Amino acid sequence: MTTFLQATVAGLSLASIYMLLALGFVIIYKSMQVLSFAHPAIMLFAAYMVSWFSVDKDLNFWLALALGVVAAGAMGWLAERIAVRPMIGKPLFAIAILTIGLDIAIRTPINNLIGINIRSVGDPWGFGTWQIGGVVVQHRAVAMIVTAFIVGSLLFAFFRYSRVGLAMRATAIDQEVALAQGISVGRIFSLAWIMAGAMAALAGTFASSDLSGLSQSTYIVALKALPAIVVGGLDSIGGAVVGALIIGLAEAYTATYQSQHLSFLGGNFSQVVPYLVLLIVLLIKPYGLFGTEEVERV
Amino acid sequence: MRGRPNLFTRYEADAGIFPSNTQRVWFVIGLIAVAVLPIWLPRDWMILIATAFIASVGVIGLNLITGYAGQVSLGHAFFLGIGAYAGAALGGAATDRVTGLGIDILIWLPAAGLAAGLVGAIIAPVAVRLRGLYLAFLTLGLVFLGEHIFREWDSVTGGPGIGREPAELSLLGWRFDLDGTIGGFNVTREQQIYWLGLVVLIFMGFMAKNLVRSRIGRAFAAIRDRDIAAEVMGIDLTRYKVLAFAVSSFYAGVAGALLFTVTGFVNTASFNLLLSINYIAMVVIGGAASIAGSIMGAAFLTLLPRMIDAAGDVLPFLEVGSQGILSTSQLERVIFGVLIIAFLIFEPMGLYGIWIRIRNYWKAWPFSY
Repeated sequence: MTTFLQATVAGLSLASIYMLLALGFVIIYKSMQVLSFAHPAIMLFAAYMVSWFSVDKDLNFWLALALGVVAAGAMGWLAERIAVRPMIGKPLFAIAILTIGLDIAIRTPINNLIGINIRSVGDPWGFGTWQIGGVVVQHRAVAMIVTAFIVGSLLFAFFRYSRVGLAMRATAIDQEVALAQGISVGRIFSLAWIMAGAMAALAGTFASSDLSGLSQSTYIVALKALPAIVVGGLDSIGGAVVGALIIGLAEAYTATYQSQHLSFLGGNFSQVVPYLVLLIVLLIKPYGLFGTEEVERV
Repeated sequence: MRGRPNLFTRYEADAGIFPSNTQRVWFVIGLIAVAVLPIWLPRDWMILIATAFIASVGVIGLNLITGYAGQVSLGHAFFLGIGAYAGAALGGAATDRVTGLGIDILIWLPAAGLAAGLVGAIIAPVAVRLRGLYLAFLTLGLVFLGEHIFREWDSVTGGPGIGREPAELSLLGWRFDLDGTIGGFNVTREQQIYWLGLVVLIFMGFMAKNLVRSRIGRAFAAIRDRDIAAEVMGIDLTRYKVLAFAVSSFYAGVAGALLFTVTGFVNTASFNLLLSINYIAMVVIGGAASIAGSIMGAAFLTLLPRMIDAAGDVLPFLEVGSQGILSTSQLERVIFGVLIIAFLIFEPMGLYGIWIRIRNYWKAWPFSY
C-alpha cells in the first residue's frame, strides 16, 4: 500500500508537469488548429533562463522564475509572429512540420548554452521531504501539484469569465466569424502562444528541479506530454488535464511495478508507456477521450 | 508534333514519365555523367553521394505516403530500423551475441523491404481510422516504441551503444565491399557502393514514378485532396491507405537495410525521432509529391554538412569554432531548422518548385518576364 501511494504521488507530480505542457499545446491548438512541436524548445529555453538568472546571476529564485516565464512568453510570441503567422491558411501538416523546424532552430543554440553538464535551476524546495504515514513526499512534488492546480483553475476561470477568454473561445469555434464580430484574431493567436510559453516555463523549471537537473535531454519531458493531449483529445482543456493524469500515473505505476512483475518488457519501459497508452487510446477512440469528432462532410 | 513538346494528343503521352524527348535526352546525359563521376571523385565523397542515393529511396517512400497520399507519417525511422535489422539479421554474419544468416543481397534486400512493408500493412488498419494530426501522433508513438524494442531485442540488434555489423554486400559471390576488378579495370569499394546505390535508386525511382501515374497513384492523390470525396467517387479508402502504408514502408525497409550497410554500423539509437524529422525535412525541402524532388531533397540535406564545411573554409566568419556561439555541426543543425521554416513559408514546392520556375524562365526566354 505504501508503495502504491508512493507511486501515486510520483505519478501526480509527473502529471502536473505534463498538464502544464498539455494545456499550452491545447490553447495553441484551440486558437489556431496548430500543433506546436516547438514547445520542447520553448520549455528548454525557459528552464535555461531560470537557471541562468538564479544560479549564474544569483537572483532570487522567484524573480528568476518570473523572468523565465516572461522570456518564454516572449519566445512564444516571437515564434508565432515570425514563423507561424505567415503560414495561416496553409495545410495543417505543413505548419506542424514548420514548428519542428522551429524547434530545431531554437533548441540547438540552447543545447550549446546548457552544455554537457547538468545545471541546477536553483529551486527553493531542494530535495527536502515530508513523511506522511510512511509515504515520502518531496516538497517540490507538493509545489508542482499545487501550482498545476492553481494554473488550471485560473485558466478555467479565464476562459469562463473574462472577455479575452470569451474572445479566445469564439476564435476557437470559427476564426472568420470571430473576426467579423470585432475580435482581433491575430492578437488572440499571439496571446495563445504567450500563455503556452509561460506555462511551459513553469513545467520546464519543475522538470529540471529534480535529481536529474536541467540537461539537454530535459526536452523529452515535453515530448511525453504529447500523448497526454492526444489521450484527452487535441482540443479539450478538460481532456488535457485528464490525459495528463492518465499518462503521469501510468508512467509512475509502470516505473514502480513493471520491473518486478513484467520484467520481460525490458529496462526503462516506463519511458515508453505514454506512447503505448497513446496507441491503445487511439485504437479505441480515434479522436481521444474528449476530442471533438470531426463531422465528415464532402 | 515536332517543336511543340507540350501539346499532347494522347493521354498516354501526357502521363508519360518523360513527356518530351528533350527530357529523355537530358536524363540519359545526366545519368551517364552521374555514373562516370566516381572515376574522379575522392573516396569520401563517393560514400557520401551513395548515402544520398539510398536516402533518396527512403525519401521517395515517405513522399509516397505523405506527399502523394497525404497521410502524415512521423514514423519513418521505425520502418527504416525494421529494414536495417531485417537486412542485418538475414545478410549479416552470426556472432556469439547476434544472430545472422549471411544470405545473398538478392534475398536480404527485398526481404528487408518486405519485412518493413508487412509491419506497415499490419499497422495501417489502425492508422486508416485516424486523420491528420492524430495520425502523426500514432506514427510518433511508433518511433518511441520501436526504439524500445530495438534496445531490448539484442539478439538481433546487438543492444544499445554496442550495435552490430550490418549485412554483407555480396551479390552471387561478388563482394561490393572489397576492391576488385571488372573487365580489367580496378574498381574500389567506394566506387562499387556508389554504383550499387545508383542502380537501386534508379530501379526504385522508376517503380515509384510508375506507381504514381497509375490508377493507384491517382487514388492516392484523390485521398490526399479530400478523402471523403474520394470515397464517394468509389475509391476504397481502407485498401488504398493500407497500400500506401505498405509501399512506403517497403521503400523505407530497402533504404534502411542499404543505408546502414553502407555507413557501416547499426546502432539502436539511430532510429529516433530525429531521423524521422530528417526524412520529413528532405520531403519538404525537396518538394512534396514529386519523385525528382525527393532525390533533390535527399541529396541536398545529405550533402549540406559538407557544403557548410566547405563554406567555412572559404568564408572564415562561418568557421565559428568551439569558442564561438555555435560549433560547425550546431550551425548546421540551425541552418537545417531554418531551411525547413524558410522553405515552408517561401517555397512550399521545395527545390523541385525552384527548378520548375527556373525551367519555365528559360522556356520562354528571351520573353520571360
